[in-house]
Amino acid sequence: MSAVDVKAPANGATARLSLLAGARWRWYEIAFWIVVPSLYFLAPTKLTLLSEILILGLLALSIDLVLGFAGIVTLGQGGFFGLGAYAAALMAKWGAGTAPLSDPLLGLAVAAGVAGIAGFLTSFLVLRGSDLTRLMVTLGLALIVDETANKMKWLTGGSDGLQGVLPAPVLGVWDFDLYGRVAFCYALAVLFVLFLVARQITKSPFGLSLQAIKGNPLRARTIGMPVNARLVAIYTIGAMFAGVAGGLLAQTTQFASPDMVAFHRSADALLILIFGGAGYLYGGLIGAGVFRVMQDILSNITPQYWQFWLGLVLLMLVLFVRGGILGLLRATRDRFFPPSSDKAAP
Amino acid sequence: MLTILFDGVAYGMLLFVLAVGLCVTLGLMNFINLAHGAFAMAGGYLTVVLLNKFGVSFYLCLPAAFVFCAILGAVLERTLYVRLYDKSHLDQVLFSIAIIFMSIATVDYFMGASQQIVNLPPSLQGRLEFLGASVGVYRLFVIIICGLMTIALQYALARTRFGSRLRAAVDDGRVARGMGIDVTKIFAITFAVGSGLAGLGGALGTGILSLYPTFPLKYMILFLIVISVGGTTTITGPFFASILLGVADVTGKYFLPSFGGFFIYTIMVAVLILRPQGLFVRGASR
Repeated sequence: MSAVDVKAPANGATARLSLLAGARWRWYEIAFWIVVPSLYFLAPTKLTLLSEILILGLLALSIDLVLGFAGIVTLGQGGFFGLGAYAAALMAKWGAGTAPLSDPLLGLAVAAGVAGIAGFLTSFLVLRGSDLTRLMVTLGLALIVDETANKMKWLTGGSDGLQGVLPAPVLGVWDFDLYGRVAFCYALAVLFVLFLVARQITKSPFGLSLQAIKGNPLRARTIGMPVNARLVAIYTIGAMFAGVAGGLLAQTTQFASPDMVAFHRSADALLILIFGGAGYLYGGLIGAGVFRVMQDILSNITPQYWQFWLGLVLLMLVLFVRGGILGLLRATRDRFFPPSSDKAAP
Repeated sequence: MLTILFDGVAYGMLLFVLAVGLCVTLGLMNFINLAHGAFAMAGGYLTVVLLNKFGVSFYLCLPAAFVFCAILGAVLERTLYVRLYDKSHLDQVLFSIAIIFMSIATVDYFMGASQQIVNLPPSLQGRLEFLGASVGVYRLFVIIICGLMTIALQYALARTRFGSRLRAAVDDGRVARGMGIDVTKIFAITFAVGSGLAGLGGALGTGILSLYPTFPLKYMILFLIVISVGGTTTITGPFFASILLGVADVTGKYFLPSFGGFFIYTIMVAVLILRPQGLFVRGASR
């Protein structure tokens, strides 16, 4: 009896220590965030492509939060992405490129808000049923957004897309330029901030509880976790992230079209995450880079049929490699340098 | 009005034949095969090639499409799908998306991206006056074939020895195996028949559905709606769901064309909201 009493505070302290240890920045994380901004100088002609990669990475990150950490299978993240894109685009359009309404950051906030509300409302549908039902419901909801964007011509411009999206200068200082310099820096800054938020979320007790729910929802419930509330929260957060990603794309390309909501958007983002490796936070970002570069190279070789090779790579990944690129790296590392403790994170 | 209803029924029946294979793999074998539409596309394109290039009769193309897709399905099942039965649903989804991508690119490579048109035999063209409604002969033909298929399927599942073995294998694979039923073989045959039916549906539907390389993606969604509305535990559920969907889609597009696909998506979400537990009971409990 008394042994337990004495040990209890020690356990609490250990838990806090292990949480803090898990949240420590590692050298490869720091290296990653040095390499990415330096691409601005290394590849100044590819900035448009790079911004697109960053935005795709953010979308994949939003799926990682929902799928990689909480285990909610979703095919509908493209719906939130599209909502965010239209929200930000409409804000920019109504403001006609002048400060208060067209401010890019305000646009992103609105995008996050709209997508977040949609995510919160639909999360209750998504929580029900099995993986399969979730896939279907998320897919169906994304399709409805797609169809709405297509049909509400007076608001969204229909299938022609929304023209005249003119965001005001970022922070009132930097105007979006033709070469995508501002767009790249802006997307990178937003991505970095949101990445920090996501990192904080996943390393917090809340994030750990999500992983527990993913591991075994029934057990998590029996030890007193509010499973549904947690899932609603993370799904809403994921939707907001996706909304911001959509808003970023609309602002940096100054355009919004139903293509941004289409099914292939959700599928691509999911593939990107699986390419990179789900549950590492970095998987989506690395996957986005690899995916877009691969798409670029393959479509240069075989302009029309690159999907075939994409499918083949995906097939190989599913059949032979668990956990994507990062999973592969980790497995290699574990083979040559057997981990000293179990906590060798990502 | 009756004509629209009739067209809707024909469309629905066609959807059913296309989707029923998916019901079987999904509901009975608990495998999410999003690439089901690829088999239907294979059947459709086979028909186009046979009919337009080699002049084979349309009536012969139908069994040819069935056999071809059944063999294709059996080969793929043995080589690839069998590795994924015990993996997670997410892996299955990704795997079948990969198959879809590859099939789209392959068809695009060989046949081009444009829509394929088949020349139906003269005996299937024209219209009949039937109960005061004007009815396309082709659609009547589709309804008859699909109706026969449905009856045959229901009979095979409910009355034959194979059907009872299949149901046993599905209810409890381990016990069925213990009783000496070759579960692997039964699943393989079932998968092949499902793929064959999809191929047949694709071949039949060449005159109604639009056939181009993105077919698997476009119709995947419809199949999933049929499954989610009808459930996967029976054959009759998806049957009625298909008819409902077909009629709703055709009438919706006729009376309110500006709403497009809204109708069917709304039906799907509404059903998922109203009966979330009744839909995938089997999938959830296993």
